Amino acid sequence: MSLSKKIALAAGLATSFIATTAMADDVRIALVVKSLGNGFFEAAARGAEEAAGELGGVEIIYTGPTDTTAEGQIEVINSLIAQRVDAIAVSANDPDALVPALQKAMDRGITVISWDSGVAPEGREMHLSPSSNALIGQTIIKLAADEMPDGGQVAILSATSTSTNQNIWIEEMNAVMGDYLNIEVVATVYGDDLADKSYRETQGLIQTYPDLDAIIAPTSVGIVAAAQAVADAGKIGEVNVTGLGLPSEMAGAIESGASKSFAIWNPVDLGYATTMLAYNLATDAATAEVGAEIGMGRMGTATLDDNNEAAMSTPFKYDASNIDEFKSVF
Amino acid sequence: MSISDTALRTIPNRLHSRGYRLIRSWEVLLLGVAILIFFANTQASPYFLDPWNLSDASFNFTEKAMIAFAMALLIITGEIDLSVAGIIALSSTAMGYALQLGAGTPTLVLIGLSVGVLCGAFNGVLITKMGLPSIVVTIGTMSLFRGIAYIVLGDQAFNGYPSDFSVFGRGYAFGVITWEIVIFVVLAIGFGVLLHLTNFGRKLYVIGNNPTAALFSGVKVQRTKMILFLLTGLMSGLAAVCLTSRLGSTRPSIALGWELEVVTMVVLGGISILGGSGTIVGVVIAALVMGMVTFGLGLLNVPGIVMSIFIGGLLIGVIALPRLIGLIAAQRKR
Repeated sequence: MSLSKKIALAAGLATSFIATTAMADDVRIALVVKSLGNGFFEAAARGAEEAAGELGGVEIIYTGPTDTTAEGQIEVINSLIAQRVDAIAVSANDPDALVPALQKAMDRGITVISWDSGVAPEGREMHLSPSSNALIGQTIIKLAADEMPDGGQVAILSATSTSTNQNIWIEEMNAVMGDYLNIEVVATVYGDDLADKSYRETQGLIQTYPDLDAIIAPTSVGIVAAAQAVADAGKIGEVNVTGLGLPSEMAGAIESGASKSFAIWNPVDLGYATTMLAYNLATDAATAEVGAEIGMGRMGTATLDDNNEAAMSTPFKYDASNIDEFKSVF
Repeated sequence: MSISDTALRTIPNRLHSRGYRLIRSWEVLLLGVAILIFFANTQASPYFLDPWNLSDASFNFTEKAMIAFAMALLIITGEIDLSVAGIIALSSTAMGYALQLGAGTPTLVLIGLSVGVLCGAFNGVLITKMGLPSIVVTIGTMSLFRGIAYIVLGDQAFNGYPSDFSVFGRGYAFGVITWEIVIFVVLAIGFGVLLHLTNFGRKLYVIGNNPTAALFSGVKVQRTKMILFLLTGLMSGLAAVCLTSRLGSTRPSIALGWELEVVTMVVLGGISILGGSGTIVGVVIAALVMGMVTFGLGLLNVPGIVMSIFIGGLLIGVIALPRLIGLIAAQRKR
């Protein structure tokens, strides 16, 4: 084959490639994640595709840098601006550094929202959190209470005593303790988000409170260590470990029965809801303003607060019925 | 073979003509690759040939190229500086700290550049005065410089840089030409002149090819290397100013992993990693190639990991190709 023929063939292939990938009328929504190759975000992309299928005429561009760097995300955002996508939904590696690039996107008429990990308010139209502090606080005590119908004693294994998130969640949990009058919180200990310290603190709890019914660990490190300590102490069936954890790390504990259930956001729902919001904003079906209620399909509606932020739902409950489906995801 | 045979043979000064060497040169090969990639990009995406898009995309390489120019000189002398990204982090942190104390734009720039030079001096003293190997020292200072940034900032960020500070990373000189492109071009010419047209530049090749011979020829080897470490520090400081200005904020993770991209750029540009050869033109073309590949693949929404594989493959391919051609040529002659 002569060189000119080769070039012509390559050009022809390239053109047909463009023709098949880009449909002019599609609403193109870019789901920009912290880094590719992360099961959590892969699952979110599946949710986004689900939403796209439901909406019709939506193309999802699932993209992100290789490393979790702001610079990498800026390069990705620049190339999305160049492609004139309709919406960018980003889980940010840095709330501040992305602002100039995202402002440029908004200047060029692109809808910009953040989800999961937020961007500073000036760099996006709205932010969708997977859940809210209040919903998390309510969920962790409900998970424990559901397994102890006759009431009893629970203890909390937190991260560090200065962990902002954990402290707020515990505070929110205490705020609803009035609904669980037969449950007594006997102690709060701190495992510092270290596996070995969390393990020792759990051993201490088991020894100090022989009648303990549940341990709530609102930290993914603590909950795994606590479940291990309970299993090693032969207390499976007596002490139920629950809280916030990752399905991949908790699969063993669910199987052994050391943990009956735990919670964390569902990435599939998050990707789905994000896509629905981006679509509604990009097609001008809704406007991101304080107090606005924007539809999220099967996830209900998102209500924007004073910072144009919204929470999706209560954390998703994982137990023996669905752990196998999610343990390979994240 | 008789003695008379050898006596008849003339040994030319150069094996090949100037034109032949030019065609076979690394820079021409790389330019061919660049043109090929440019053409492929125009065919692959309708958005590639847009002046504004290209202008936006130039940020992919301009800051890294600033450091790559200085790194090229360093590698030619047989040294290396892997702490450049760490210097950016520390320099940016220092600027952020000064900002909190109320520094204005000129002071911020001065601080950014000075911290870069100081870091370069620290590397330089350890390497040239104490005779430690540069790869070991700079692997150490890579963590040291960034570590200080982490101690100062933790998971916090400095932001609120003044609006006139944003000119370096977001300002346009004229039309679609950003100030970073202007800096890139000026530095390319400056470093090109320094390396190829001055006495200083010639000495770098001598040092890289044979440091002992250079020393005995009266070249101040250690002093020259010290200057290059200072220069690399200064360029890292400059990149820190531009990057901080572009991001509008400082985090300790800023420019993470850039040292490898800078070294890739230099090696792709035809600077021998063993020292002693290479040109600035090559580095300029390599910067353009890397920028175009990243942007072109980005337009096709190719995942970053595939991009890294592509750049890695390109690097190995471009390095292996001349060696391969040489081997085949040698086989034929036999």
